[in-house]
Amino acid sequence: MDDRQRQEYWRRNLRLMAVLLVFWALVSFGAGILFVDALNSISFIGFPLGFWFAQQGSPIVFVILIGIYVWRMDKLDAEFGIDEYDSEVHHP
Amino acid sequence: MTDIQLWTLIFAVLTFGLYIVVAYRSRVSDTAGFYVAGGGIPAPANGAAIAADWMSAASFISLAGIVAFAGNGYGGSVYLMGWTGGYVLLALLLAPYLRKFGKYTIPDFVGDRYNETARMVAVLAAIVVSFVYVAGQMAGVGVVFTRFLGVSTTWGVIIGMAIVFFYAVLGGMKGITWTQVTQYTVLIIAYLIPAVAVSSKVTGVAMPQIGFGKILDELNGLQADLGLNSYTEAFTQTSMANMILITAALMFGTAGLPHVIVRFYTAKSVRAARFSALWALFFIALLYTTAPSVASFTKLNIINELGGPEGIPLADVPSWFTTWADVGLITQAGEAAAPIADLPPDSIITFNDVAINNDIIVLASPEIGGLPAPIVGLVAAGALAAALSTASGLLLVISSSIANDVYYKKINPQATEARQLLVGRIAMAGAIVVAGYLGINPPGFVAQVVALAFGLAAASFFPVLVLGIFWKGCTAKGAMWGMIVGLAFTFAYMIWTIPIYGGSEGILGIPPTGIGTIGMLINFLVTFLVSKVTEKPSAEMQELVEEIRYPGRTTLVQAHAQGKDLH
Repeated sequence: MDDRQRQEYWRRNLRLMAVLLVFWALVSFGAGILFVDALNSISFIGFPLGFWFAQQGSPIVFVILIGIYVWRMDKLDAEFGIDEYDSEVHHP
Repeated sequence: MTDIQLWTLIFAVLTFGLYIVVAYRSRVSDTAGFYVAGGGIPAPANGAAIAADWMSAASFISLAGIVAFAGNGYGGSVYLMGWTGGYVLLALLLAPYLRKFGKYTIPDFVGDRYNETARMVAVLAAIVVSFVYVAGQMAGVGVVFTRFLGVSTTWGVIIGMAIVFFYAVLGGMKGITWTQVTQYTVLIIAYLIPAVAVSSKVTGVAMPQIGFGKILDELNGLQADLGLNSYTEAFTQTSMANMILITAALMFGTAGLPHVIVRFYTAKSVRAARFSALWALFFIALLYTTAPSVASFTKLNIINELGGPEGIPLADVPSWFTTWADVGLITQAGEAAAPIADLPPDSIITFNDVAINNDIIVLASPEIGGLPAPIVGLVAAGALAAALSTASGLLLVISSSIANDVYYKKINPQATEARQLLVGRIAMAGAIVVAGYLGINPPGFVAQVVALAFGLAAASFFPVLVLGIFWKGCTAKGAMWGMIVGLAFTFAYMIWTIPIYGGSEGILGIPPTGIGTIGMLINFLVTFLVSKVTEKPSAEMQELVEEIRYPGRTTLVQAHAQGKDLH
């Protein structure tokens, strides 16, 4: 990669990170804590929705967020022709 | 010997035998194998190992009980969100970059990116955090042996030490990793089977994650009849501000714990490090979404078995109640925690009259749910797996910090490979003995300090690692002062507020478990300001930081790994 490609790769990496971290904060600090009372008036498969986000939804969404990260970064690597993973440093 | 003891013994012997076979087949003969399993662990296996490493005796034995009793339902969510949310930070902010950096330990990164003083601060922090943790694990092993097999705590800990000694000293990180994969399998099976069985029995829905939605109304109703706060209502135990602070401290602390971070060095590549984080959180979430359902099912069962709001004559209590009352884990409610046996034999008790220890929710849930003896034995084996796997991961951090960061880097840089390996094994053996001693004679404050370790990790490691990766201009002096001020502030506040030392109300009612979040913000601020006024890192160091952002082969990372000094 030349310098311009590097900048582009890093910019897109940061943008992906920022979007995922916004969702990370929204489900836990948002739905699970700040807006929990309002959401609790909604019933979701037997749960008050805010309580569900605090005890079930957050961990589930976290797994999905990392899944999206892994998938998008794979695509980004492919687009920039990065495939020499095996030649990374292996602890001399 | 009772049926439960017999089955516990059978499962304990079977699983311990399995660990020894696995460890013998993955023994190592070089330092790369000893410290980071040769960097050759496939992502799903690495993920399972991280999950076992992470989920300790506390997660397995105590978590459901803390949610059910101490947190009264919603209040326990701080642990559920905090201890899983940290993995998003690890995956996005740390794992790929530390793997690309390609060294052995966290002090290695701190020392190479900043300077030698910072390395020593990191070594000290890593060793303290790990010892505090490992003492708790060894104590957990002792507890399971005592309650299920009637062996003394001392012998329980000694047996546990012998097993860990065998596979950790022989196999280092490689032996530990493959044993942890096996231990994860044992512990998750042991956790899910009783949860699925109880959920099917009570609601007819096999998935406990879905099933527990069906009993929340009933549980809330029973708690209201007993005059207790609602189980699902928010902020009955903890205020909104403190929920946020504690959750954040646990999240950022998780992303700063050395024994978790070091696992990303064992991945095959940057890509494998990303996948390891995904697998790890998936495996962890299996248990962490089940725990709150175990909490509510068991609480409902306990209230019902004790006669609901009307109560039950003491003469008619179920047998599990008597068993756990005999060992003092169920007592009368109130400060004095008087034994149940002191009550007049003709009294009538309700759920409100008794105090039930957090730890027995999981260990007793099969009995309370009326499941057969083999399942109780399996749960005991699962608890042992959780305690041993975490203990071995922590011991490796201690051993590699001493052998690599202190002995090789400071005392004897000319040491041969064989010599380093020997020092690593001796450090490991020494650490096991100290951990065993602490397990048999636990200092009174272990329980508190384990919870506080997250705050300390958040206030010390997390900012320094993240800024070291994302900000080329972050300087050694900035990082050093950030760590020192963040750590000192957090530590001082904790001493001031935790009950056995200061017991002060603190500022704005912030609890010691939540102060790590403030300490972390202070660390970020100090690191930023000091970095702004001190000399920039060398051009080569800045280029190295640039290079770890891109996967694949890069020149400076390669040169650095071969020993080139970039300062």
